[in-house]
Amino acid sequence: MSRDTLINLIYLFSATTFLLALKGLGSPKRARRGNVIAAIGMTVAIGATFFKYVDGHPLRHVGLIVLAMVIGVIVAVPTARLVQMTAMPQLVAIFNGVGGGAAALVSITEFMHIHSSNPATYITLEVLLGVLIGTVSFSGSAIAYAKLQELMTGRPVTYPGQQIFNGLMGLAALGFIVTMLVTGSMVLLWALLAVSFVLGIAFVLPIGGADVPVLISLLNSFTGLAVAASGFTLGSNLLIVAGTLVGASGILLTRLMSKAMGRSLANVLFSAFGSATTAGGAAAGEERPVRSASPEDVAVLLGLATKVVIIPGYGLAVAQAQHVLRELAEVLESKGIEVDYAIHPVAGRMPGHMNVLLAEANVPYEQLKEMDEANIELQTADVAIVVGANDTVNPAAKDDPGSPIYGMPIINADLAENVLFLKRSMRPGFAGIENELLYNPKTTLVFGDAKDTLTKMVAAVKQN
Amino acid sequence: MGNVLLQYATVLMLSIFIGIEIVAKVPSILHTPLMSGSNAIHGVILVGSMIVLGNANTNLEEVLGFLAVLLATLNVVGGFVVTDRMLEMFKPKKKVEKKEEAAQ
Repeated sequence: MSRDTLINLIYLFSATTFLLALKGLGSPKRARRGNVIAAIGMTVAIGATFFKYVDGHPLRHVGLIVLAMVIGVIVAVPTARLVQMTAMPQLVAIFNGVGGGAAALVSITEFMHIHSSNPATYITLEVLLGVLIGTVSFSGSAIAYAKLQELMTGRPVTYPGQQIFNGLMGLAALGFIVTMLVTGSMVLLWALLAVSFVLGIAFVLPIGGADVPVLISLLNSFTGLAVAASGFTLGSNLLIVAGTLVGASGILLTRLMSKAMGRSLANVLFSAFGSATTAGGAAAGEERPVRSASPEDVAVLLGLATKVVIIPGYGLAVAQAQHVLRELAEVLESKGIEVDYAIHPVAGRMPGHMNVLLAEANVPYEQLKEMDEANIELQTADVAIVVGANDTVNPAAKDDPGSPIYGMPIINADLAENVLFLKRSMRPGFAGIENELLYNPKTTLVFGDAKDTLTKMVAAVKQN
Repeated sequence: MGNVLLQYATVLMLSIFIGIEIVAKVPSILHTPLMSGSNAIHGVILVGSMIVLGNANTNLEEVLGFLAVLLATLNVVGGFVVTDRMLEMFKPKKKVEKKEEAAQ
């Protein structure tokens, strides 16, 4: 068997592991094994590539390749291991962005290499698509990271003429691609690179922080497509299969995510345009009375309950209060009170994020109720405790057609007899929208840091 | 030449359908790990980056190829480690349950 055939067989093996991995990731039991299988397949593919002959000679610059890899491993492993679970989404954004950047670089470098031999038009097209999509994914992910890390505002960034500017950028990219297909000019490749970079930024800026996870999923899919385009240019089945798998599954996953928020993908991506001034709801700036109480007061209320539903949100994770929350739940249970957790599909910063965070705090899996089930439980609940959640319990999603989150399915906290709203201040949530639930007569606000408040509540409930 | 392109296009089409089919029935809890896992898988661009750097003729090609290998390594390694950490969180529950059972 020739060297080339053997390496291609190994690549076939790797491509199969990727398929099995994606399949495995779809089931809670096999997910972790799936990930390990893909990692093995990847390692084998990378190892085999060292023995590959390109254009009839062995791989050159092996020292440089190893050096770049070593630096990459030294940076990536500690970053990925040490970062807080709450910061997971922005980390995924970064690792996705660099993948897009790599795909764009591969396309550019390969084009420089073959440029002098006047490549066929379709090869040029593959290169240009790889550069465009990869670069958009790179710069877009960078902005997504900045939004999630709160290096910049999480609100949609809009300015006059934004749609026209974005449209012009898109047209410019298209124009460069067409011209390059005709002329094959190298200068235009750099121009396309620059325009794609700006396009990625311009595309992400108007998207609100709460929608960024959907966006990351979309950019993830983009990177997959860019990798597939590079695969066409390099003539690699492995890259085409892996890239396309990610691209196709990513687009479907993106649609599933936006569906979980009750929105269409187009609505997520473009809703900020023109609506920035009306967003925010009716009562902006107006001081309205709310009812608030101390943790000790509400502990009495909890002691009298027979059924409590806890509605956690991202603020819980920020305050690192998952463990105290579980403690409170355990204390309540020891008094014979039934406790459930109501998990909104987009609680946290990504779908499933809250499940991960609560699992980390050893909350029993059976107590986690998905939204529909939770809304049934809430009808018979005495107390609903909202901790660090806001937009996912905002009735404006049902009642106010002018609200940016209108149509998103929510957890109906107000179905419970009483609502305890643990909050740091009266500031609106991540999406920046006023919450009517705060002014509901059933609602009692408990101000303060979630961890402090919960600790006090645990102590007070124990004493009762 | 045309045959090769056709062969790649076939692979492309099949992969699209498999990709869509595979994620059609994923529970929403696993959306995040799935996204992260597929993020790691597109890190296979590292293979392409190695080929490009290993075939570089000019200094500019070397620099760009080096950057590509570096970025792709970040993608692969970071992607798999993060996904594994996320999925780790789904595991301890079983241990806890067992402990509780043992305690009872």
